Amino acid sequence: MPARAAALVAVAAPRRAAAKRNGSAAPYTGIPRVRVAVDTGAGDDAEMLAVRVRLLEGFVARAELSDCTQLALQWLAEVLGFTRSICLVRPEAEQSLFVVGSWGMTTSTVASYTVSLEDWNNPLVTAFNHRKELFFPAPHSAADRKRRPSTPFEDAAFHAVPLGVSGFSEDSFGILLVAGSEAIGADFHWFVSVFSQRIDQILRQQALTEGDRKQGRERSLLYSIINAVTDPILLTDTEGRLLIANARALTLFTASEEESEGRRGAVRMNNMLLSSALSSKAIEETGATRRELLLVNPVDGSDLVFELLSTVTEDPRQGSGVVSILRNVTDLRRASEEIEENYRKMRIAEVQARAESDRLNLIIDSVADPIVVTDAAGATSLMNEPAERLFTIPQRASEIEQRWVQANDAHFSSFIAGMLVSADQRRVGEIGLVDPKTGEAMPVEAIAGKILSEHGELTAVVTILHDRREAIEKALLYEQLKQASDELERKIQAATADIAQQNELLRRQAIELEQASALKSQFLANMSHEFRTPLNAMLGYTSMLLQGVAGDLEPPVKRQLGRIESNGRHLLTIINEILDISRIEAGRMPLQLSTFRIPELVGEVKAELEPIIMRSKLTITVDVPRDLKPITSDRQKVKQILLNLLSNALKFTHHGGVTIAARQHAKERTMTLSVTDTGIGIAPADQDRVFEDFRQLDNSPTRAYGGTGLGLSICRRLAQMLDGEITVQSQVGKGSTFMLALPVKGRK
Amino acid sequence: MSATPEKPDRPRVLLVDDYPDAREMYTEYLEFSGYEVIGAGNGLEALQRAVDASPDIILMDLSLPVMDGWEATRRLKADQRTASIPVVALTGHALAGISEGAKKAGCDAFVTKPCLPEDLVREIKRILDAPSTTRKPRRSGKYAKSS
Repeated sequence: MPARAAALVAVAAPRRAAAKRNGSAAPYTGIPRVRVAVDTGAGDDAEMLAVRVRLLEGFVARAELSDCTQLALQWLAEVLGFTRSICLVRPEAEQSLFVVGSWGMTTSTVASYTVSLEDWNNPLVTAFNHRKELFFPAPHSAADRKRRPSTPFEDAAFHAVPLGVSGFSEDSFGILLVAGSEAIGADFHWFVSVFSQRIDQILRQQALTEGDRKQGRERSLLYSIINAVTDPILLTDTEGRLLIANARALTLFTASEEESEGRRGAVRMNNMLLSSALSSKAIEETGATRRELLLVNPVDGSDLVFELLSTVTEDPRQGSGVVSILRNVTDLRRASEEIEENYRKMRIAEVQARAESDRLNLIIDSVADPIVVTDAAGATSLMNEPAERLFTIPQRASEIEQRWVQANDAHFSSFIAGMLVSADQRRVGEIGLVDPKTGEAMPVEAIAGKILSEHGELTAVVTILHDRREAIEKALLYEQLKQASDELERKIQAATADIAQQNELLRRQAIELEQASALKSQFLANMSHEFRTPLNAMLGYTSMLLQGVAGDLEPPVKRQLGRIESNGRHLLTIINEILDISRIEAGRMPLQLSTFRIPELVGEVKAELEPIIMRSKLTITVDVPRDLKPITSDRQKVKQILLNLLSNALKFTHHGGVTIAARQHAKERTMTLSVTDTGIGIAPADQDRVFEDFRQLDNSPTRAYGGTGLGLSICRRLAQMLDGEITVQSQVGKGSTFMLALPVKGRK
Repeated sequence: MSATPEKPDRPRVLLVDDYPDAREMYTEYLEFSGYEVIGAGNGLEALQRAVDASPDIILMDLSLPVMDGWEATRRLKADQRTASIPVVALTGHALAGISEGAKKAGCDAFVTKPCLPEDLVREIKRILDAPSTTRKPRRSGKYAKSS
């Protein structure tokens, strides 16, 4: 650069001369000549103004630090006459000042010149640090020379002017060394001021572009690093929106419009899963710990298991975000699951095998039947305890016992020999053994099976012997039992058939009886009606005769007609009672509910029996409260019951009186009507029987009291129809009380 | 048949009963008690007599040959000429429900047989003496007894 500067001086010098000659600002290479009014602060020297403008125009046209410096130093030399100058600038982050341009110097002299800012003894450093202009006159002695900083100017006098911009920072960014002993004036200061500003501008711009480039490089480096990572990496904002994602993450969480619907669906699903995993709540709950996240592979739809590591980053400028790293653990998990499963299977197999062998031992030991294992040559290799009893000679065995065991052995051996030569896999046969303890014949069933090795070679024969004695005995017993059972069954069948026949018979009889009973009731009802028609005429005529319809009667005739009438009435009563019983039995006496008052009813009953009462000369007391509430029941039936009870009382009482009483019991919602007499009374044993059909306690043909004996029976039935009941309390010789209890509100 | 001399204001009773002895007995007693009696042996005959003789009251046995008392009563009550004549049902069937049926057929009262002649007369008197707006005024006995 200094070489070029020197060349520039060489061409520039004649031009300055030409400019002076023309009396106007000389044309200058690279600087367009424009007249601009600039307040120079140095009077109205028009020429000076022009050259200042030229410098400014040159600055505008040059962006390079070295170009600008070169132009400035050239201007300094040409306009202000400082023909030798050096400009040093401190690059950012450096502790030295470096030459960025020089004028009137040889290249070699400035090429290696630097000023270290750490050299505190150097007066230039002082000038730089304190922004102080210094002048160094030419040295007169060696001591002077020593105090001077060393510069490419050597012993020449020079000015050191710090370069800096006031207002922003007090720091200098460079220093201008100008050779010359003449003082520096206002023009020079103006120059330093604009030059500093321009240099500052360029330096700042450089720093900026340099920073940008550096950042860009770093970013792309960072991107290539995170893209090189095979695990998905994401930066999301607090709302879960994707800010930065590496290539692997992009395939999982983004899809363009052109992609298939399935792929886009998978991506949507993944975003949803990620958002919920990253929801601030989820992170708060689990902290920055590792969590599992199940995603869908958008390429083939398979499940991917990731381990999710999320960390919240706080950035004061960008706001907080979440950095998530997903580690694909699908294969890892599958593998670990497989290992676990295999281990589990192995454990199970081991346990099973052990259990199997234990079980086998247990079975063999617990089997009561003899088991013998023979090898391929027919030699016994294993037998259980029951087998030993048959085939081994016990200690202190008698001769006969030994012989029996030997015989057993021989029989068994021949069975096994037959088995070995045959091609049968299994053989079942019977062997006639002997019980070595008792010498008793012991037929056994032998079941033998061949055990083959993997290669089909015979390794052993297992034989189980089953004592047939018990089975034979059982079969015999079973046969007998079966015969007995058959016999029994035959008998039961016969008996059952008998019973069924009898049941059928009974059923038919029951039906017939029912029909007969219905017929009887119907017959009685009809007969009663038929009886009453003629009786009606008889009673009517008798009554008429007694009333003297046919003229006055002689007293004996009147007495005889009276007998006819009373007997006729008795006959009518009997017929009526029979009719009532048969109606009740035939179910042809329905309830006729009505609401009525008891005092009136009692009055009617008393009135109807008035003739009998008159004849009896008994005292009749009616104890019925007038304020008794009306009851709902079948008035006719209640009246019939009361009539019957009262006429009975009159019939069986010879002295004293009869009391009719009525009471209501609000609590039980019932009322009672009672008839108490001072008559002959009923013995306790007979008190139930009075309600039976056709029952009069005196059953003799010459009984003292008339009546059919049906009255109380009818009363009891009627009371039952009314949901009530009749009870009796009596003492022989003292009298009886018959009491009818009824619900106040009867129901159909 | 009766020794009682006829009085012009004697109430006329139509007695319907198929049992002649009963009919005769009641007739005798009713006439003795001061009534004019017309007899009928079945329902159809009763209808005819009721129209012909315009009785003050009809005593109707319910079980009758040819046409029973229920049907006869229904027809009497359906006929404007006889609708206002009170009908007293007479029956030996004192079964519950019969009185209901009789009322439904249009009977004004119900008497169970056996019924002494004097009881029957009491019932007739009660009905004829009861004030009624529908009852026809008593008629004079200008019609002779038919049988």
